[in-house]
Amino acid sequence: MALQLERASGGRSREGSPWTGLWAVVAKEMADHLTSARMRILEALIVLTAGGTVYAAMRSLRDSVSEDRFLLLKLFTTAYEPLPAFAGFLVPLIAIALAFDAINGEFSRRTMSRILAQPIYRDGLLLGKFLAGLCTLALVLTAIWSLIVGMGIIGLGIPPSGEEVARSLWFLLASIFYGGIWLALAMVFSIVFRQPATAALASIAVWLFFTVFWDILAGLLAQSLRPVRFGFAQEILAQAQLEMALARISPNTLYTEIMLPLLHPTVRSIGLLLPSQLQGAVLGAPLPLRQSLLLIWPQFTGLIAVPILLFALGYVLFQRQEIRA
Amino acid sequence: MSELVIETQALTKRYGQMTAVDGLDLGVHQGEVYGLLGPNGAGKTTTILMLLGLTEPTAGRVRVLGLDPARQPLSVKAKVGYLPERVGFYDELTARENLTYIAKLNGIPREEARRRIDEGFARMGLSEVADRRVATFSRGMRQRLGVADVLLKQPKLIILDEPTQGLDPEGAREFLHIIRSLKSEGITILLSSHLLHQVQAVCDRVGLFHRGRMVLEGTVDELARRALGSSYRIRVQADGAQPVLTEALQRVPGVVNVTPEGSNRYVVEATGDLRAEAAQAVVAAGGRLLALDVEAPSLEDIYTRTLEEVEHGPTA
Repeated sequence: MALQLERASGGRSREGSPWTGLWAVVAKEMADHLTSARMRILEALIVLTAGGTVYAAMRSLRDSVSEDRFLLLKLFTTAYEPLPAFAGFLVPLIAIALAFDAINGEFSRRTMSRILAQPIYRDGLLLGKFLAGLCTLALVLTAIWSLIVGMGIIGLGIPPSGEEVARSLWFLLASIFYGGIWLALAMVFSIVFRQPATAALASIAVWLFFTVFWDILAGLLAQSLRPVRFGFAQEILAQAQLEMALARISPNTLYTEIMLPLLHPTVRSIGLLLPSQLQGAVLGAPLPLRQSLLLIWPQFTGLIAVPILLFALGYVLFQRQEIRA
Repeated sequence: MSELVIETQALTKRYGQMTAVDGLDLGVHQGEVYGLLGPNGAGKTTTILMLLGLTEPTAGRVRVLGLDPARQPLSVKAKVGYLPERVGFYDELTARENLTYIAKLNGIPREEARRRIDEGFARMGLSEVADRRVATFSRGMRQRLGVADVLLKQPKLIILDEPTQGLDPEGAREFLHIIRSLKSEGITILLSSHLLHQVQAVCDRVGLFHRGRMVLEGTVDELARRALGSSYRIRVQADGAQPVLTEALQRVPGVVNVTPEGSNRYVVEATGDLRAEAAQAVVAAGGRLLALDVEAPSLEDIYTRTLEEVEHGPTA
């Protein structure tokens, strides 16, 4: 005992695993998510979106069934006004709804000090909440995905090929990580702001900023930083490249760039395409899945990195937070 | 000398320029009820958070049950029950679900947890409402649920932060009863409060906090003697000529001052309990003694007096 004490107080190490109690937190939080009124609303949205997407896609696809090899993928991409392709707006919305009151909610319910007085670390609590949110999000998105695929198969009457299923599964995975970004962001705001409403608003503001304004800003910035003075090809190229680099800061751009090659197998580049690179290419021929994945790999890495970075930021903020109410 | 359950040496916590706890030396023995007393913002809650490892001390040493809360927080928190000020629960869950979550966080096996939870509910008189959502609970019920929650881990030490805050008098009395019954089981209890008569009713020893420092410590009686300089106030009610009786009372050895109040009442300040002597003096002086009463020094007086001294220097 004395020796143990000596060792523990001598080093800077903490006893035990930082993830003690993690699964208890995950189980409790997921149960909360799945039984909450918020979830009822999301479920209604799921059914509406899936139904709407399939219905809209079906109306136009029926005519061209024989001409397309990747019919299933078309279900995800064919959007009709006013319904956008489902993932773009629904994923961030669900993710933010799941996390905006994760931490500040515990403070406003005065449960934080009681929970942290149990033998767990803050690490376990924060990661538990994040994992629970991510699992719930994955569950919701998988439900939508299954609904769309299922209704699509029934409606179109054509079984999907293995390649199509694989591509749409990758798309599902990307959507989950895309959601993870907004989940982690909402969580960071739930640590920073004491009011859940403020955290929700801040998250939505960031989402709106990237959805609506960032592309415009990226264009403006590129124009002023790399102006086309003499009309050289290099100048135009430099400007376009900068604009693209800036645009890729936005998770929306990353996600779109992943979505394109996955769901449109004929897309063979997501950047600028110079004529020299097209030499010998059979235009309109679909790429195999491996090649499409290769194409989106950098974006995919970015998409996974952003939630991890945001979580790390939230972690640091939460560890330093005073827990007294 | 029994074993020290809580021990701090020169414990200090600063928030920027503000010093919340300043060089605190605290020792709480096995099995005693210790009251942290002081106005809001005196550093009571900060001290408690440091004892639990929920806030890191700026300087100084803490030992709780022989462990360092900053380095071994899991062991400390597994053995120490903490009931925060105005404890909160998940309103949308039932009382049982709330406690089950805590049991899981403590790694208590399912069957054992179920048994302990039922036990706790029975003890706190909550069995009837165990499966009702906490949203419907009154303040007093929440507080009792909080105790059931704390008892779940069968703690050796229980820390209660302002436990009677916001309870009605009936609820507060009930709660003090609970504290006494916990003490009778040998559980050490540290409680913080600014409600003095309650602290006085249950605490073995009291530490008086002011601006992060402990300005006075001891049993309530000790504190009284130290703070009030053994001043007892004896109220005498007697018919008779006022100057004569005043004079007679004044002559009793040990009496410091006599103040007549109204036509037949006197307040006698003395260095001890001089009721018998005062009665004798009144009767001997030909007065008709109607009533006699001694005011025990209340913590309230001690508190006020000490805080005044700390603020303005010793009063004459």
